[in-house]
Amino acid sequence: MTATPAPTEVRRSHLAARASAVISVLVVALVAGVLVSSAAGQLPIAITEVIGAFGKGIGIDNAWAPSDDVLYQALWQIRFPRVAMSLLVGAALAVAGAVMQAIFGNPLAEPGVVGVSSGAALGAALAIVSGGALAGVLGTASLAFLGGVGATLLVYVMARSNGRTEVVTLLLTGIAVNAFAGAGLAFVLFAGDTADREQIVFWQLGTLGGSRWHEVAVVAALTVLGVALSLAFARRYDLLALGERTAGHLGLRVERLRIVSIVLVAVLTGAAVAFTGIIAFVGLVVPHAIRMLLGPGHRMLLSASVLGGAVLLVWADLFARTAVQGAELPIGLLTSLIGGPFFFYLLRRARNRQGGWA
Amino acid sequence: MTAAFSARGVTVRIGSATLVADASLDIGHGELVALVGPNGAGKSTLLSVLAGDRAPSAGEVTIDGRAPGDWGPRDLARRRAVLTQDNQVAFPFRVREVVAMGRSPWQGSADDADDDAAIAEALAECDVTHLTERTFTSLSGGERARVSLARVLAQRTPAVLLDEPTAALDLRHQEDVLGVARRLAASGTAVGVVLHDLSLAAAYADRIAVMERGAIAALGTPAEVLEPALLERVYGIGVRLVADPEGGAPIVVPARTR
Repeated sequence: MTATPAPTEVRRSHLAARASAVISVLVVALVAGVLVSSAAGQLPIAITEVIGAFGKGIGIDNAWAPSDDVLYQALWQIRFPRVAMSLLVGAALAVAGAVMQAIFGNPLAEPGVVGVSSGAALGAALAIVSGGALAGVLGTASLAFLGGVGATLLVYVMARSNGRTEVVTLLLTGIAVNAFAGAGLAFVLFAGDTADREQIVFWQLGTLGGSRWHEVAVVAALTVLGVALSLAFARRYDLLALGERTAGHLGLRVERLRIVSIVLVAVLTGAAVAFTGIIAFVGLVVPHAIRMLLGPGHRMLLSASVLGGAVLLVWADLFARTAVQGAELPIGLLTSLIGGPFFFYLLRRARNRQGGWA
Repeated sequence: MTAAFSARGVTVRIGSATLVADASLDIGHGELVALVGPNGAGKSTLLSVLAGDRAPSAGEVTIDGRAPGDWGPRDLARRRAVLTQDNQVAFPFRVREVVAMGRSPWQGSADDADDDAAIAEALAECDVTHLTERTFTSLSGGERARVSLARVLAQRTPAVLLDEPTAALDLRHQEDVLGVARRLAASGTAVGVVLHDLSLAAAYADRIAVMERGAIAALGTPAEVLEPALLERVYGIGVRLVADPEGGAPIVVPARTR
C-alpha cells in the first residue's frame, strides 16, 4: 500500500508553508524597516553605523559603531526610541483590533472606528492638562487606559445583542462614542492653556515624534502583557466565532472571556494612544490582511498581527518623516488616508453579503 | 440508572409570558426522544433548559443526576453536546476547523489523542467529508446544518440535544441525520431532538413528547402519542395517519381536501 497523504494533510502542510512564508516576509520587512527608519532622516546615518551603534549600546564593542558621538547620541536618544515606539504601537493596535473583532464577532470592529481610541485619547488629554502627578508617564497611561475601558464598555453594552453585533449598530455606536469623546477633547482644549493646547492638538493627530525611553518602557510593558494574554486566549476566540451559546456548550466561560478581553483591548489601545495619539485603522487593516492570507484561526492571526502591525507602523512612520522635506506628516493622518478607503471597501463588501441594510 | 436529562415540573416565564409550563421529561441513555409541537409551543425553550443554558423559573433540571450549574462548564461540555438552530460562524473558518472546535472540551484530557479520528468519523457520518476544505461561510444552509451536526458528533458526548437538525435539509439528508441520531441512541447515547415532521418522529423516535402552549400534552411511544384527535387539538388542523404501504412507520399528513 502506498502512503498517499490525505487531502487534509496536503492542505495542512500547504497552509504551514504559507504561514512560514508570510512570517518570513514580515520579519524581513520588519528588520529592513527598523534599519532604514533608523538611518534615514535629516541627519543621514549609514546602515552599518546604525547596526554598530546598536551593538555598542547593548555592550558589544564593534568596528561599525559611529566614531562621532553626535550620531551615536542621535540614534539612541531620538531614533531608536521612536522606532521602538512605532513597533510597539503598531503591534498593540493590530492585536487590539483582532481581539475586538473576535469578541464582537464582527470584522469591522476596530478601536479607532468604534471610539475606544477616542475614549483613551480623552483620558490622556485630561492627564496632560491636569498637571501634577497625573501628567506623568504613568498617569497619562492610566487615564488613557481608563478612558479606553469606559469607551469599550459603552460600545459593548450598547451595540451587542444575542452575542453578535450588527454592523449598523456597531458603527452608529461608534459615532456616538466618538462624538462624545470628541466633545470631551474639545472641552479639554478649551480649558487648557496655550502650551497644553499645542501639545494636545499635535498629539491628537497621532505622532511618534519625541518618544522617550521611559514612555517606550511603559508602552512595552503594557503591549507585552496584552499580546501574551491575547495569545493565551487564541483558541477560545476561535470558539467565539460559533456564537456565544454554542461557545458555551463547548465549555467556554463566554462572559468572563468577554470581560477580560474588554480590559485587554483597553490596555492595548491605552498603551498605543497614551503617548502617540490616535492612529486609526491599523487594527482594521492588519488583521484583515492576515485573515485573507492565513485564515481566521486566532493563534496565527494574533501572532502575525503583532508582526504586521509593527511592520505597517515602522514603514508608515518612515514615510511620514521623510515624505515632505523639512516637515513631518502626522502618522494618524497617513493611516486614516489608507484606512478610510479600505474601511469603505470592507463596508461595501459586508453590505453586499447581507443584502443591504434597512 | 440516572437519566441523562431530567426535567421535573419545569416552568419558564419571561415577563408575563409562560414559555414552558410544568414540564416533566426524562431522556435516558440509549433513548431517542422527539419533541414535537406547533410553533411557539416551547420546544426550543425546554431544550435550552435541558441543555443548562437557561435556569427554569420553577422546577428543576438535572444532567446525569446533577444540576447543570453544579458541573463546571468543561465537565458539562464533556457530557452533553447541543446543536442550536443558529448555524452561523462569524469568520470564514474551514469546515474541518469548525468540526475540530467540537473537540475543544477534550483538550488536555486523555481523549485528546482521539481528535483526528473523532473529526474524520463525524465528517463521514454527516456526509460532509467532501466539504472539509471549504469555508463554512461559503456553504448552503443544508450543508451548514450538517457541518454543525458533525461538530456536535465530534464532541463525543454521552448525551446530545438537537434543535431542528432537519430544518434546512433535503429529503435524503433528513433521513440520514435521523439515522445518525438513531445510531447514537443504539450505542447508548441519550438523544433529544426537536422535530417538525411528525412522520420522521414516528419513524425514528423511541418516545415522542407533544408540546402544546408550553406544556407536555402527551408523552409516550409513537403509537401511543400519534392520535389524530390529540394532534388535531394541538395543531388546530385535521390530521390523518396513513399506514405506510411497505410496512414502515405511519405517515402523518394534514387532512387535505385537495
